[in-house]
Amino acid sequence: MDDLVERFLKKDRRALARIISRVENETPEGGEYLRLLFPHSGKTHIIGITGGAGSGKSTLTGALAAAYRKREKTVGIIAVDPSSPFTKGAILGDRIRMQDLALDPGVYVRSMAGRGALGGLAPTIADVVAVMDAFGFDVVMIETIGAGQDEVEIAGTAMTTILVNNPGTGDDIQALKAGIIEIADILVVNKADHPGADILVSQLQALLALSPAGSRRPPILKTTATKGDGLDELLDAVAEHYAYLQSSGLLSKHREEDARHQVLSIARQILLERIRQATPEEALQALVERIAARELDPHTAAEELAGNVLA
Amino acid sequence: MSTTATAQIRVLIAKPGLDGHDRGAKVVARALRDGGCEVIYTGIRQTPEMIAEAALQEDVDVVGLSILSGAHLELFPRVVDELKKRGVDDVLLFCGGIIPEEDTAALTSLGFKAVFRPGTNTQDIVKFVYENVKK
Repeated sequence: MDDLVERFLKKDRRALARIISRVENETPEGGEYLRLLFPHSGKTHIIGITGGAGSGKSTLTGALAAAYRKREKTVGIIAVDPSSPFTKGAILGDRIRMQDLALDPGVYVRSMAGRGALGGLAPTIADVVAVMDAFGFDVVMIETIGAGQDEVEIAGTAMTTILVNNPGTGDDIQALKAGIIEIADILVVNKADHPGADILVSQLQALLALSPAGSRRPPILKTTATKGDGLDELLDAVAEHYAYLQSSGLLSKHREEDARHQVLSIARQILLERIRQATPEEALQALVERIAARELDPHTAAEELAGNVLA
Repeated sequence: MSTTATAQIRVLIAKPGLDGHDRGAKVVARALRDGGCEVIYTGIRQTPEMIAEAALQEDVDVVGLSILSGAHLELFPRVVDELKKRGVDDVLLFCGGIIPEEDTAALTSLGFKAVFRPGTNTQDIVKFVYENVKK
């Protein structure tokens, strides 16, 4: 076990890969690795890339990583794809769009299955990010599962969130709605070589013009990731946003908010597990049957379960 | 950390070489997905180095190679070499595609635990993976 940590600290990528698996699978050793490596984390710029299915997130992520490599930055990528709710199986196909990076020793790509987590992420994403951060990548990019209107969790983990939009996917009422668009630090109109890109840019501009005075307006950038167009500008915008986070003090605020969210959600997880352990299956089944028969409401039943542990 | 978590088997399905048809690879990937595996599919035209590097980075338990071009005795040994070079020596290897019977022995000695040919029931592949994976 210590051998793996030692190798990890010497930048052995196989050790990194193995440790990530144990962390992702939430094994006891995984927890121990995380404890040992967590103090080494906290140096990386964590970037989130989200947007609809097929919007070009993977291609853009790959192209951005290539652009970072030209600037001699090392890049870790976590690409999340959905798990089947029925079989728990998954097809993780994001690497297909990142072939140019396949043999670059400055890039590490890890595919993760969503394993039922909400928000287009995976249950252990924050832990895996911490491990990659500790490994010493200059940048860690998280590519979410194809997101709809409401998958905002990425902004908790990522410091800079890029929302990928495409021309021809809805009118300006879509952009007016609450939700995912509010968490974007940078708006990208990808596939900008398709018709309607300029219209979408002006619709987004009109929307942002309604933001409260004094609030930061996310820049809107056009990219054609398949051709590499607009990537330098995007990289500059990301760097600018990071500098803004640092100079405004928002970066430390973000770190604290993320830490608060993490510790509470882990605590919730622990409590849930305790409740499951303290509740015999027959007792749970009896409650379930009473709720299904409408003899008991689920809130009262949950209070009862929690009371058994917390009393 | 939970002690009750169960891990999904991670499988890399890869197509070395230049043939551009990946229907078979996709069917196998899909069957393994439906069998509860997390399947990393990297697309067509992969070099042995790319396949080995993906296996390392993704820390897979299983690598399945698909080939139709006839270059398996040329490419598969190179994939195995590249895996070894990276210390990835404990994955379950299998392969499939247009592979003549008489090549089976050579592939077995390379470390491939099974060779699946056209007409294979995909459930047999899933069963093979679950029965042979080192978890």
